[in-house]
Amino acid sequence: MLNVRDLGVAFGAVQPLSGVSFAVGKGETLGIVGESGSGKSLTAMSVMGLLPLSGGRITGGTVEFDGQDLTKLPERAYRKLRGGRIGLITQNPMTSLDPLQKIGPQVDDVAKLHLGLSDKAARDRTEEILGTLRIPEPALICERYPHQMSGGMKQRIVIAMALAADPDVLIADEPTTALDVTVQAQIIRLLDDLVKERDLALVLITHDMSVVAQTCDKVVVMYAGRAVEHGPVEAIFDRPRHPYTQALIACIPRGLDEATRLTGIEGTVPTVVNYPSGCPFHPRCPRAEAICTTARPDFSVEGDSAAACHFAEVADAQPA
Amino acid sequence: MKVSTMAIRSLDAFARMSIGRAFASGIGMVAGGFLILLVLVAIFAPWIAPFDYAAQNLMNANAPPGWPHLLGTDEFGRDVLSRVIFGARTSLSVSATAIAISMAAGMTLGAAAGYFGGFFERAVMTVVDLTWSFPDILIALIFVAIIGPGLTSTTFAIAIAYLAQFTRLTRAQIVRLKRETFIEATINLGAKPSHILLKHLMPNAIAPVIVVGMLAIGDGIVLEATLGFFGLGAQPPTPSWGAMMSSGTAQLFLSPWVIIFPGVAVAITVIAVNLFGDELIRALDIRDRLRGA
Amino acid sequence: MILRYTFQRLLMLIPVSFSISVVIFMIVYLLPGDPIDNLLRVGSSPEDRAELVAQYGLDRNLVVQYFVWIGNMFQGEFGQAIVLRRPVADLVAQNLPYSLTLGGLAFLFSSTVGMALGTISAIVRHPLLDRFMRGFILLGSTVPGFWLALLLILFFSVNLGWFPVSGAGGWKSLVLPVLTIGFGGVALVARVTRVALLDAQREDFVTLLHAKGLSSRTILFRHLMPHALLPVVTILALRIGWILGGAVTVEFVFGRPGLGSLLIRALGQRDYPVVQACLLMLALAVMLGTLIGDVAQASMDPRIREKKS
Repeated sequence: MLNVRDLGVAFGAVQPLSGVSFAVGKGETLGIVGESGSGKSLTAMSVMGLLPLSGGRITGGTVEFDGQDLTKLPERAYRKLRGGRIGLITQNPMTSLDPLQKIGPQVDDVAKLHLGLSDKAARDRTEEILGTLRIPEPALICERYPHQMSGGMKQRIVIAMALAADPDVLIADEPTTALDVTVQAQIIRLLDDLVKERDLALVLITHDMSVVAQTCDKVVVMYAGRAVEHGPVEAIFDRPRHPYTQALIACIPRGLDEATRLTGIEGTVPTVVNYPSGCPFHPRCPRAEAICTTARPDFSVEGDSAAACHFAEVADAQPA
Repeated sequence: MKVSTMAIRSLDAFARMSIGRAFASGIGMVAGGFLILLVLVAIFAPWIAPFDYAAQNLMNANAPPGWPHLLGTDEFGRDVLSRVIFGARTSLSVSATAIAISMAAGMTLGAAAGYFGGFFERAVMTVVDLTWSFPDILIALIFVAIIGPGLTSTTFAIAIAYLAQFTRLTRAQIVRLKRETFIEATINLGAKPSHILLKHLMPNAIAPVIVVGMLAIGDGIVLEATLGFFGLGAQPPTPSWGAMMSSGTAQLFLSPWVIIFPGVAVAITVIAVNLFGDELIRALDIRDRLRGA
Repeated sequence: MILRYTFQRLLMLIPVSFSISVVIFMIVYLLPGDPIDNLLRVGSSPEDRAELVAQYGLDRNLVVQYFVWIGNMFQGEFGQAIVLRRPVADLVAQNLPYSLTLGGLAFLFSSTVGMALGTISAIVRHPLLDRFMRGFILLGSTVPGFWLALLLILFFSVNLGWFPVSGAGGWKSLVLPVLTIGFGGVALVARVTRVALLDAQREDFVTLLHAKGLSSRTILFRHLMPHALLPVVTILALRIGWILGGAVTVEFVFGRPGLGSLLIRALGQRDYPVVQACLLMLALAVMLGTLIGDVAQASMDPRIREKKS
């Protein structure tokens, strides 16, 4: 459905994103995982064609959707895809809705715009979708304002907006980060169900490896604006070959009985102005050697997965 | 100990770095340089002015700009340039004095209201908000009408017109600071209110107030000119920019330069004050703190 | 909902108007000089004087005077102008329309032109336009109104002869006064509109609006403008007082009749009742302005509506 190849993004002279590739098909969930500042959200914005809003531009690669390259699509045609065939769910539901307008019209807009429905028909559809998202009393909710609702509720509204025109692809950018833990689980389950019921292609952007483990079929691990490892979820979790992926997996809390301490990754995420030379992870990597500081590692392919590490072949032999 | 050095350092930073930084930008340097020059001109007016500002020469009345009267003469044949130079004295000193009074009174009221809160705060703020919604020119006009025209009453009228502004701003700063941890800590440690207010709150609240005061000097100059224009400010023969324009209206068609040049002086001065104030705000990085009030 | 809010705001205005009326009453009482002196002919006896004082009610207790005064105000009975020897109500009725016309037009001019300029400068972000706007805003907020008025007269009336120098005859006499008052207003409104639009553009929800597939124009007019309007309405409402203040000087310079010139003349003549009536009308306008601003804001922003009711 969606096939991104070798995507690069620049803001003026800085290049915060380069060489990102992934593909998702119908009924499939792809996770893009990494710490904040790794370029996950930029990837989402590039696919949506919304980079110019923040002053960025695509410098290379292709974003192929349903056979056509979106990077060459004129704005007018792109608008039909946005909200129509590709839906976006943003990070912070608290600020994602226009506070001056009622919920109903904000959701209605999508169906009116993309499906050409009348006011009445669009509202019926809105209420129906809100219902399927397990929102009680949809008709009442439509007359409410965003500030009158909880974060979890608002995130459901945002999801409803993304679904209103029956899209093929859904891009969810950290959809649960701003929510309470219990609500997080509900939203993730909801998204998971939607993928199955509607045969959606879901791109789930998150920093949480446990979410990836629960819901995704495939995963791309990003670091400092690059993909460092990608492959099927089982393979990556069974045998993570990039030290960064290993570290991320090691960070997942494993429950009380194991009495493990919560761990983090040493060091800080590089910002776009000081991306390290060679392998970008080398300053924080436990097994970095001289070559890592100078040469950028190529992907070492193994089965369906690949890792960009000079020691990918032997990495799996090391304990994570 | 640590906390109070912090407070003092913020004052220090204001005095040294920020004014230097405001000068550092191109606009700041030009505007600041002009203001310094203007103050010097005002101070040394008797030595700089080519003519006696009060010397009349009816034979040479309403002379257009030229030689030897560079900016022409007024209806009594007095040299306009000399009057503009001496006018700078009046306008600057009246406005600066007025704003200093207004600032001192407003800071006291605002700090007390913000610190003590309760009924006192509500009473003060009701009155302040009341005058706040009235245009400054109306407040000043009424005040001058009560105590009569003249430079002294103009000074107090300006001071009263801007009192609300300083009171509101100071109160907003104090209320904001009171919520900050280091102040809460000092309060919990049992410091005396006067100590907290003077040693901790005021030094930290002062920077925005000073910047607004700086900007208000510009407003004060305009207000002084307006009152002068209504004939309520400086009385003849004392030259002030506003008074010059007032007597010039009658001759508007005959000798427009009598009106134009004092007005240009007001406009350039106020623009310089605003530009320099903007640079100060940027250098101190206090734009957000000014928004709330 | 909005009616209830309006009603609450109105209730809140009662103590405010009470304090304002007391202040106005007291201020006028403090004015120096005695208008009675102006009325007495040279050589009048103390009895004549006492009679006049009694006639105007100046011999009664201050509190009584206040309540008599405020009671009369409520009935539109503003008393008798001492110097002009005419009912104050007549004077106000005569002058008010001029001020309302001037103020209204100036208000309209500053809001429409200001918002248009602000919007354009927020959308077309061109460095040259930016610089022009900055300069314009700086000039508009610093140049003294009366001086601008004089310059306009000098240029348009004297040199070009397009508009009359003074007076209040026909639309032509309104152009320059409206421009004078509007200049500062346009600059202010343009600045607020611009900042508000740029702020609104940075809001998170705008990304999602684009993601819904809405066009930039729809987003601007249906979503960004309402947000930008909130601060603009606040400023405009506050500005009503300032427009009246501007009207005071501008009416004076252009020799137009109006509340402002009436007030200045009455202040000079120490004509208490006229000063009181003028101040009361101006205060009323200022309060109405803030009230309308508050209500307009509440009708646009559901969050405000709820917080205060």
